[in-house]
Amino acid sequence: MQVAMDKLFGGREGLVGLVILAAVIFIIMPLTFDIFRLNLVGKYLTYAFVAIGLVLCWGYGGILSLGQGIFFGLGGYCMAMFLKLEASDPESTKIQSTPGIPDFMDWNQLTSLPWFWEPFHSLSFSLVAVIAIPCIFAFIISVAMFKRRVGGVYFAIITQAIALILTILIVGQQGYTGGINGMTDLRTLKGWDIRTDEAKYILYFFNGALLIGCILIGRLIITSKLGRLLLAMRDREDRVRFSGYDVSSFKVFVFCVGAMMSAIGGAMFTLQVGFMSPSFVGIVPSIEMVIFAAVGGRMSLIGAVYGALIVNFAKTFFSESFPALWLFLMGGLFIAVVMLFPNGLAGIYTSYIRPRIEAWRQSKRGGGGLPPTVPAEPQAPVPPKPVERAPASAVPRSLAAGIQSEPSRS
Amino acid sequence: MDGYSASELLNIFAMQAFAGVSLFSVFVLMALGLAIIFGQMGVINMAHGEFLTIGAYSTVMMSILAEKYMPEFLPYYFIFAVIAAFIVAFTIGYLVEFLMIRHLYRRPLDTLLATWGLSLIMQQIFRSSFGAREVSATLPDWLMGSWQPVEGVDIPLNGLFVLGLTLLLSLAVFIFLFKSRWGLKVRATTQNRLMAGAVGISTPMVDRLTFAIGCGIAGVAGAAFTTIASTGPTSGSLYIVDTFLVVVFGGAGSLLGTFASAFTIAQAQSVMEFFMSGSMAKVLTLLTVIIILMIRPEGLFSVKVRK
Repeated sequence: MQVAMDKLFGGREGLVGLVILAAVIFIIMPLTFDIFRLNLVGKYLTYAFVAIGLVLCWGYGGILSLGQGIFFGLGGYCMAMFLKLEASDPESTKIQSTPGIPDFMDWNQLTSLPWFWEPFHSLSFSLVAVIAIPCIFAFIISVAMFKRRVGGVYFAIITQAIALILTILIVGQQGYTGGINGMTDLRTLKGWDIRTDEAKYILYFFNGALLIGCILIGRLIITSKLGRLLLAMRDREDRVRFSGYDVSSFKVFVFCVGAMMSAIGGAMFTLQVGFMSPSFVGIVPSIEMVIFAAVGGRMSLIGAVYGALIVNFAKTFFSESFPALWLFLMGGLFIAVVMLFPNGLAGIYTSYIRPRIEAWRQSKRGGGGLPPTVPAEPQAPVPPKPVERAPASAVPRSLAAGIQSEPSRS
Repeated sequence: MDGYSASELLNIFAMQAFAGVSLFSVFVLMALGLAIIFGQMGVINMAHGEFLTIGAYSTVMMSILAEKYMPEFLPYYFIFAVIAAFIVAFTIGYLVEFLMIRHLYRRPLDTLLATWGLSLIMQQIFRSSFGAREVSATLPDWLMGSWQPVEGVDIPLNGLFVLGLTLLLSLAVFIFLFKSRWGLKVRATTQNRLMAGAVGISTPMVDRLTFAIGCGIAGVAGAAFTTIASTGPTSGSLYIVDTFLVVVFGGAGSLLGTFASAFTIAQAQSVMEFFMSGSMAKVLTLLTVIIILMIRPEGLFSVKVRK
């Protein structure tokens, strides 16, 4: 039991981090912000789902996907299709030439509901679709790529191209997708008005809970044998392959997990913000999502959440106050994170703050008295001081090794 | 196809083919610099489109200067603008390599993020200094109008000019890479850095100049673009994915492959555009390229290397 909990929460430090994050999401944010700002935070947290998925794929698996917007968008669109159908019942669309179909179809001279829209009348189908469609899509892409050993840079470019294709398709097929405006004017979920303050509070908390759930799933993956294999693959893929593991299946798995998490984020985005449009699918949003993970720390699940929050707060603040400055700042952030802090905020924490905390704790302990909570296990706080610090400094080094072993084409 | 006579169809076909050739020269212009930077050096330069924009803006600046201060010079300024575009883009590329890229050679995926950041900054610089509106260069008279080889076929002169410039530039790149001493050093460095260093080639210098030359070529491409389209802060970034696909599809490291893939993609797209909407043609083209890449991950013409 203890071992299982340790795995899930990543030891005491991981648990503390998780508790702090939960406190920030569930207590501090709701108390400090009014519902308008809180809704905004909820929107940022939906990007955090994508960032967590990217930490798994990119930080641990070494697969940089520049098309996570695809899955965010697919999840979001699945949810939006259900909500749109519900919002366009014959009663409220009776001024249209064909009542009962979404308004944008009517504007585009469609007279009946396309076949692939039909199943989205059912909520349970839509909820399954939110997860399943992006997952199947990710599965197809990743099997096709990884079985042929396409990786690294090439994978990134191809996912980017797929994101571009999907955007062009959505924008081009106005009658089926709502075009560039996306699906707007979403009102109710099974008769429950999602635009009221109360609904927004409930959705915010639900979103937060889902996010914590995703972090725990991510933790499970990282701490399991699979996680170690992923790291090994990232650093020396050949050796793992020669050891008899089917490398591509692990990559496919982690890519699909990342895609599903992004899709959940997309669906929650649609619910909280009330619309979905192609501007969350394309290349630019997909790369921005990578920067959330990079700023938070590509090796840290919790860091990714903070990364998404901080970058988006900064974006909102700067684009409200100094619109011209924002792109400079964002560009500078990209460059600084890559060149100066490859492990992002979490890296700053492990290399600067944690040593301080530990020195401080050690000095307190030296003053006498036991640390407040000492589990009866022998491997608990007292001896592992040097052992615990070794991995802390080893993380950046192993990461550097991982980056160096990126398949170079020369 | 009803309602067209045979000769009209032939004319449409000729013009459509030329549209494909124009698109081909655009792709080649975009991809030449990237084929050196990405194909040879392995640097993912997401700011490549912005170097193109730099070239375009310097051409526009030249045309404004020419118009203001020496109108009699206007017919000839374009030649100098092309040279200026090369020099400006070359210099900025040189600086960028020195400040940023050289620290990231061992982390290709990180060059992607860092250069994306660079492209955001450059776009904002364009916007702050030249305004958000699109601007265009004043074309000399000899670039306007069209050439009519037969009745009913109009071939725009600027398209022909871009085609000519493309061929010239490609020839220059070929000579540079495969016939010159410099090209030998470049290829030696990219294929085996350690060995190249051991025989006395200054590899950091080769890297810097190669990157700068790739950027300079992008600048020339930008100058050529001003003859067919107007220039805005984000006009370079529109093409970046296509350009990467062209280089990857042709097989990174193979210049010949880049030409072949640019030609295939351009013709496929312009032919399909005749039958369906432009956006669907683009979707189908890109999709086909991706599917072929899944079957042949190394691209059309791959340089055989052990991995």
